[in-house]
Amino acid sequence: MEFEAVVGMEVHVEINSKSKVFCGCSGNFHAAPNTNVCPVCLGMPGVLPVLNVDMVNKSVAVGLALNCTISRWSKLDRKNYFYPDMAKNYQISQYDLPLCQNGWIDIEVDGQTKRIGITRAHIEEDTARNTHTIGGNQSGVDFNRSGLPLLEIVTEPDIRSAKEALAYLTALKQMLQYLDVSDCNMEEGSLRAEANISVRPVGQEKFGTKTEVKNVASFSGVHKAIEFEIARHIKLINSGGKVVQETRGWDADRGITVPQRLKESAHDYRYFPEPDLVPIVVDEAWEQRIRESLPELPAARRSRMGTQYGLSAYDANVITLSQDTANYYEQVVAAGADAKKAANWLMVELQSLLSAAKQDIRDCRVSPADLAALVGLIESGAINGKMGKDVIAEMFETGKATQDIVNEQGLSQITDTGEIEAIIRQVLADNPAQVEQFRSGKDKVFGFLVGQVMRATQGKANPALLNDLLRRELSRQEN
Amino acid sequence: MSKITKQDVEYVAGLAQLRLDDAAKERLVREMGDILAYMDQLNELDTSNVEPMMHAMEMTNVFRQDVVEPSLPREEALMNAPVHDGEYFIVPRILEGDAS
Amino acid sequence: MTTPLYKKTAREIRDAVRSGAVTATAVTEAHLARIAEVDPKVDAFTQIWTDEALAQAAAVDAKVKQGVDPGPMAGVPVGVKELICTRTGKTTCASKILENFRSPYDATIIKKLDAAGAIFLGKVNMDEFAMGSSTERSTLKTTKNPWNLKCVPGGSSGGSAAAISADECAMAIGSDTGGSIRQPAALCGCVGIKPTYGRVSRYGLVAFASSLDQIGPLTKNVEDAALSLNTLCGRDPLDATSADLPVPDFTKALTGDVKGLRVGLPKEYFTEALNAEMREKVEAAVDVFRRGGAEIVPVSLPHTDYAIATYYIICTAEASANLARFDGVRYGYRHPGAKTVEEMYVLSKSEAFGPEVRRRIMLGTYVLSSGYYDAYYLKAQKVRRLIKKDFDDAFEQCDFVMGPTSPIPSFEFGAKTENPLEMYLADIYTISVNLATLPGISIPCGLTASGLPAGLQMIGRPFGEETLLRAAHCYEQTSGITLGEPPIA
Ligand SMILES: [Zn+2]
Repeated sequence: MEFEAVVGMEVHVEINSKSKVFCGCSGNFHAAPNTNVCPVCLGMPGVLPVLNVDMVNKSVAVGLALNCTISRWSKLDRKNYFYPDMAKNYQISQYDLPLCQNGWIDIEVDGQTKRIGITRAHIEEDTARNTHTIGGNQSGVDFNRSGLPLLEIVTEPDIRSAKEALAYLTALKQMLQYLDVSDCNMEEGSLRAEANISVRPVGQEKFGTKTEVKNVASFSGVHKAIEFEIARHIKLINSGGKVVQETRGWDADRGITVPQRLKESAHDYRYFPEPDLVPIVVDEAWEQRIRESLPELPAARRSRMGTQYGLSAYDANVITLSQDTANYYEQVVAAGADAKKAANWLMVELQSLLSAAKQDIRDCRVSPADLAALVGLIESGAINGKMGKDVIAEMFETGKATQDIVNEQGLSQITDTGEIEAIIRQVLADNPAQVEQFRSGKDKVFGFLVGQVMRATQGKANPALLNDLLRRELSRQEN
Repeated sequence: MSKITKQDVEYVAGLAQLRLDDAAKERLVREMGDILAYMDQLNELDTSNVEPMMHAMEMTNVFRQDVVEPSLPREEALMNAPVHDGEYFIVPRILEGDAS
Repeated sequence: MTTPLYKKTAREIRDAVRSGAVTATAVTEAHLARIAEVDPKVDAFTQIWTDEALAQAAAVDAKVKQGVDPGPMAGVPVGVKELICTRTGKTTCASKILENFRSPYDATIIKKLDAAGAIFLGKVNMDEFAMGSSTERSTLKTTKNPWNLKCVPGGSSGGSAAAISADECAMAIGSDTGGSIRQPAALCGCVGIKPTYGRVSRYGLVAFASSLDQIGPLTKNVEDAALSLNTLCGRDPLDATSADLPVPDFTKALTGDVKGLRVGLPKEYFTEALNAEMREKVEAAVDVFRRGGAEIVPVSLPHTDYAIATYYIICTAEASANLARFDGVRYGYRHPGAKTVEEMYVLSKSEAFGPEVRRRIMLGTYVLSSGYYDAYYLKAQKVRRLIKKDFDDAFEQCDFVMGPTSPIPSFEFGAKTENPLEMYLADIYTISVNLATLPGISIPCGLTASGLPAGLQMIGRPFGEETLLRAAHCYEQTSGITLGEPPIA
């Protein structure tokens, strides 16, 4: 029997507000343990939450970017469960009336576009973190993260493979970064993904029994965990077994999912409206203000830049992957560089330098104007491509201007026709055997002769000009 | 017949993280049963067209601005902790599945 | 012979301190001495902050001396209910679970009172987590009714009411979720007002039922209630449910007349459940208003009988969540035998919560649990709206509603602890007011034959405290009723 997977994703995103969602503590969770805490985020007796308006603004922005309907009226609820990470033993969240509902995002898989439905996005608060590095049979709890603003984004069960799940996460992360609402650092937990996975025979309407996979700390982990879980389900069913509805954790070290032991009552969350907070009413005017403040979103930018700069779909995709790269590119072109060549230099040379140095393009010492100047010098023939690579490496290292490096190193190409012709004549005279071979039809020898001329000029001869002149000289001598 | 059974009481005690001895369970079956039966009088009222009063105040949109305020000194944050090590609140070792 | 300082009202003290006629230190010392004298019998105070109080008094006196405004509550000695968070002393909520809790912050009203020059004498007793109507549920001590030491002071703000009645302080902070200010005020013969929900910041009030809780003052007379509200009320950025309304000078509302006011008498409040003696007192009060030129209007609050069921669903549900935080992680009692996380929760809570608190947590958890939410919690929210609408309709015909505060006067210790439902039913007249978020005041309207105070309750429109204070003040001034001094015996 052939099976298809049915996957829905729940993603928790820590929103990058300066302060926490219900109190004024700093949102910087890197501080020393329990130093960004106050009575509110410690759940002290008598405290009350007050909602951070920045969280509402950013959540609505995400909702709009994900094509959601923004609820005119929504409320917060208490979700009750006990855990040492929970300051109040209830989490303030949104239950039946989330802020954003019924949206979608397009993802790209194997060159095909697919639309993934977004069920909802809602406001909640993050929990504390515990550490097991404390000695003995004990854990330590740090409440710095308690009360950080958290947006939970839930998809429809529209995802059909691990690959699609990965594409969804990539598209979502790109969107969130374009909106500048989160640093989306999965390793640090500011973006966390859970997947609901089931399989069913192809053609069957009804969903199979699902399992929920948690504890995944990287994009590749999500991919592997979903792949593992799909295979596990299929194998179970094929061997006559049954999938048990349960929560499973991803064990990255062993590359498997393992069941998480939970009490029967663990899902009886006893939601009820949070009496300490009043409803959120986002009227049309407020929604419109946020809509107007949205940046150009990835899909729009991709398609605009493709058309405007004549980029291939692939190039447009790569360049718009991050907003910073796209901005950088547009600045290079604005500084006068040829659009196509600028794309190549950015995507190949600069990108490999950045990757090797593990550097962000925002911190790059090669300014867009310098890269544009470099592309210009190559195009004019003032330096050749190989020199260009040396120059960009030098710029990357030192931050010096393009022309300064070219001048300092005497890298300018020989473009003087007479000078090159003289050298060609000398080379031909020194290599009569190769000249003979060329004439008898061995075209490959041409390359050898080019190399000899290049060596004689220490690589400074303009390659196109050299090719031209060498052919002309060879045919002239023949006649 | 009481409105609720001993099993109900045990389930609810589990949710509330309370431990009850048998006598306490029996008493709660009776007391909660009486009170819940009393509460059932609300069913005499037809409320199908009544909006639930979800909030005491009719206000909406009360927010704080995104401004960082001073946090507590750590000594004060920890001063009431039954067990702490000067940095962390210390609890018995947390195992996966302790969420309940 | 001059009146001893501890007999003086807050207004008298404030005026005397501000004018320099008497020092805040002298006032504080007089009250501390009074506490030392009578509190061993009354047991209202759970903590006495002698040093801190004298330091506050000295600061007020210094201001007066320097000609700096010492504030509108200058020198007024205050008792604070055990569930108001204070950096000074402990905040125990009269529970074993918080027996050693020291709040790292002050409640908003504590900051306001401090800035207004009030002097905190210490903390006063209550039912554990405000769950009770007799203060017998306190784990700290047994507070007695100054009118009869064998009888309860009411609750949950029983310590606040007893302290006022026994002249141990001039103002006491209480909190009212279902009558916890008004009922003990009635039973102890003092004035207690529960302001409109949202009038006073709840920040720093340890929550029992968040949509019902409200802080208010207990005082010797209506003028002091008005004076206290001037300081307590107002929008607090730390409480999203605090109303963004201007705070009037409530003392200006005390005109001394009720001419033209329409007094609504709900027929549902005058049934068999009402003790005959109490009925008589309330009817006498009606006459006072009639004579004063008020118009008496019969009104109806048809859903009155459903209020108790509605109230106990909502308050227990909210309490079950509010009390979940007492888990022994960040503060509070942790059972020494707890070896696992679950044991930490279960053993600590089971041992350190009293039986009434456990019962309410159980009830609240049940009504919210899977499968029962609609039948209980949602239903209660709907009936709550009907109850609120009853009042809205009544206020079309009258300016305030009047009736008894409690169907019965104070009772002996142990008389009602056995049957929880019976105890809940005694809250009949007060809880609708919390459900409808309205202001309510209780003032003394006489003594029963056995010498126990009876309370008259007036219920106002939302944010209609001024009308209530005006009516209550006029009654106090014109009824000719004075309770005299409680025997404290
Ligand atoms: Zn905080």
